[in-house]
Amino acid sequence: MTQATDSFEEIKSAVVRFAGDSGDGMQTIGERFTDSSAFAGNDIATLPDFPAEIRAPAGTLAGVSGYQLQFGSTSILTPGDEPDALVAMNPAALKANIADLPEGGMLVVNVDSFKKMNLKKAGYESNPLEDEEFRKKYQLIELDLTSLTKEALSESPLKPSDKARCKNFFALGFMCYVYGRPLEPTLNFFDQKWGKRLPDVADANSTALKAGHNLGDTMETARNRYQLAKAAVTPGVYRKISGNEATVYGLVAGAQCANRELLYSGYPITPASPVLEGLSALKKYGVKTVQAEDEIAAMGVAIGASFAGDLSVVATSGPGMCLKSEFIGLASITELPVIICNVQRGGPSTGLPTKTEQSDLLQSLFSRHGDCPLPVIAAHSPSDCFDCAIEACRIALTYCTPVIFLSDLYVANGAEPWLVPNASVLPSIEAEFANPDEPYVSYKRNPETLARTQAIPGQPGLEHRIGGLEKAEDGGVSYDPDNHEQMTHLRADKVERIADSLAPTELHGEGEGDLLVIGWGGTYGAITSAVQAMQAEGFAVSSLHLRHLNPLPKDLGDIISKFKKVIVPELNLGQLSLILRAKYLVDAIPLTKVQGKPFKVSELREAFHKELS
Amino acid sequence: MSTTNTEESSLTKKDFVTENDVRWCPGCGDYAILNAVQRTLPELGVPKEKFVVVSGIGCSSRFPYYMNTYGFHTIHGRAPTVATGVKSANPDLSVWMVTGDGDGLSIGGNHLMHLLRRNLDINVLLFNNRIYGLTKGQYSPTSEVGKKTKSTPAGSLDYPINPLLFALGSEATFVARTSDTDQKHMVETFKAAHAHKGTSFVEIFQNCVIFNNHAFDPVTGREVRGEQALMLAEGQPLRFGENKGIRLNGFDPEVVELGNGVEESDLLVHQSKTSNPAYASILAQMAYPAFPTPFGILRQVEGRETYEDALHAQIKSAQAQGDGNLQELLTGKNSWVVE
Repeated sequence: MTQATDSFEEIKSAVVRFAGDSGDGMQTIGERFTDSSAFAGNDIATLPDFPAEIRAPAGTLAGVSGYQLQFGSTSILTPGDEPDALVAMNPAALKANIADLPEGGMLVVNVDSFKKMNLKKAGYESNPLEDEEFRKKYQLIELDLTSLTKEALSESPLKPSDKARCKNFFALGFMCYVYGRPLEPTLNFFDQKWGKRLPDVADANSTALKAGHNLGDTMETARNRYQLAKAAVTPGVYRKISGNEATVYGLVAGAQCANRELLYSGYPITPASPVLEGLSALKKYGVKTVQAEDEIAAMGVAIGASFAGDLSVVATSGPGMCLKSEFIGLASITELPVIICNVQRGGPSTGLPTKTEQSDLLQSLFSRHGDCPLPVIAAHSPSDCFDCAIEACRIALTYCTPVIFLSDLYVANGAEPWLVPNASVLPSIEAEFANPDEPYVSYKRNPETLARTQAIPGQPGLEHRIGGLEKAEDGGVSYDPDNHEQMTHLRADKVERIADSLAPTELHGEGEGDLLVIGWGGTYGAITSAVQAMQAEGFAVSSLHLRHLNPLPKDLGDIISKFKKVIVPELNLGQLSLILRAKYLVDAIPLTKVQGKPFKVSELREAFHKELS
Repeated sequence: MSTTNTEESSLTKKDFVTENDVRWCPGCGDYAILNAVQRTLPELGVPKEKFVVVSGIGCSSRFPYYMNTYGFHTIHGRAPTVATGVKSANPDLSVWMVTGDGDGLSIGGNHLMHLLRRNLDINVLLFNNRIYGLTKGQYSPTSEVGKKTKSTPAGSLDYPINPLLFALGSEATFVARTSDTDQKHMVETFKAAHAHKGTSFVEIFQNCVIFNNHAFDPVTGREVRGEQALMLAEGQPLRFGENKGIRLNGFDPEVVELGNGVEESDLLVHQSKTSNPAYASILAQMAYPAFPTPFGILRQVEGRETYEDALHAQIKSAQAQGDGNLQELLTGKNSWVVE
């Protein structure tokens, strides 16, 4: 798309962060810049970062919303440790983000907003842009974004205040020029979003975008312009996908693989609401969605639908998981397939609702009363949510059990390019209902999987009762001590049997060495990047990333035994390391962080180096 | 096993009895209710395999184990949610929900309200014995103020909830009351509940023989029933006892004796099908000892779409132009090709 000229500097990757007020449209231009980069053939990883308040007071630090992405011609696994370029739409955005910008980094500011009042709201006593030292420290580009946008839109019929709101796209246009990003995907976006409904808005934003781009072209300032080659990737059809989108598609695909109707019930909660919203829009695919009155009800609806024969799903986050616990126990003892997605966020309680964390692992494993082990899986990247959702469907239906599927805010909101799978070759999931021509025994088990067979209401002759009281194999309520012990073991053994169906664990690096890094969930990109870098430096470091957290893969103990040290980076206080220590009697070293932010590659490398020195 | 098209006449009460020993206390009102339900279902013309009985936790919630249908004994207070899931997944099923005053109005009050407002075509049987039985005798949300129980030795403090008013406040489309002492009336009421398209809420006065025995005797006792119970009959004036009736004075009902210038035409006439819930609310608030206690259908309003019908209609409408194609969904509108 871009043509090499003398003014271009060839780079392999770049990290750009857009920051502004939460009403400034930073998420929107971040996503558009991501689309353009994907369209240009680069690999990408994104990190949207926004406050819990929808519109905190304008101009304050509390209201700053940011969107960071890394794009490159090589494999991009994380949104980047620190930005190469920062776009700050106001003083608060500058103040909240400038510490992350390294010396010499590109800093684009909207000088129109650097007025006394805004500086004061941001806590600046004087204008940093007037500080000579500050000006020298960065590659500073000052744009009168508000006035330039209004000027560019002098012909537009929009109100002056609406014209000013187009300034985010002016800024986007400018950044697209700097990094040689195509404008077409954004112009198409305007057309799709507003083309028919609000043509004036579409026109104004297009004009602002192009004006920003043209400004880059005509600016006198001596300035670098960058160019990236396309990333070398497997040929095929690609699209950009976020974790929550991938979960939605994976659930629809999983239901089709299993030939079951999909019923989703949910209660709005950050950051899982996009799953409810996404599935609600897919009625054409026969998806039933119920917005329940609360988290408990959402789980009850799913259990009822499962009893009636649907593939049922709920998605929630930490507080909702707490509320669902009793019902999850019911699904366990009645052995009904239900998929429980937990998009983790910072906890406990309301905690950090818009920040990422991996602190619900122990809750997933142990939150029910009684001995109640359940399968738990976790997605490691946005697109991996698709595969994990299908895997959750497979486990739920094959083993007739509730399944906990963990993602986290970082994975759910982050986006990356995805090689679109061929829908016709997705594996089928075999799970038969009971045959009405045979006598039905509710808790008779498949000898291989230990799964019971469901008989669904409406089938003549299979009438039976299930419930929360302990049952004997024939389905009758049983208080017999031996029966309870046997059933408790059977339910646990059934979950353990899932390990028989798992592929051998993939090891990143040699099968033995000085240090094994074990991760799970959204830390995959940062761990892999750090381990790759250290392997290139010659260290005997390998890593593995667990998708199945219960049951753990059968070969894990053997793999662990081949390494001198084991380190477990987690965005919690050491939950997986606790499990590994208990299960394998290994001195697994916890490497923890609970700041609501993902690991930086640099901090992981530092920690790994320390263990090896 | 080939009974998909079970004839109405071929089912009997016996078909709905399970082999399980019924484990309610001897003399419990639940036996009479179980009997009435087992007598009702064969007469509804619904194949046996289409019945699903869902319950919560409590004495009454053991009900599904004694019904030879599909059944689900769930968790405390949450039966409405499970019933909603069953009915949403398969609207073709006849779903009966059994709950109690604690299960339905204390821990599960929220869910019951939402079930009623959504108007799923589910029949709710609320066994009201005004006590916690399975936990051995603590006061319940329908217990009278000052009730002395193990948890309230000095008398309970909180004002009781009126189940019928609760249902009317949730704009339930069918609200009725019956009593475990009246088999015929129960069967009639259950049949009407089944016939109603939408959520049918039936409060059943149920005697707990161990922890709250004789709670309803002043109303339903054989000797007083004629004087203290007001049996509602559609289109008929509100009459009870030898010679008494209910007249409206402003917004307040009053008990009047016929004669001395009071004619039957002065009495309120029972009209359960009026859409305004005010009349049913007046009935719901009439209670012993100031008033006779009403039994029968207080309100039955047709015409509001059920949740499950609306849910499936939206899907049908979305699929009118053809079902969704999975490959199209996965590929999306903004894909690109790498060669």
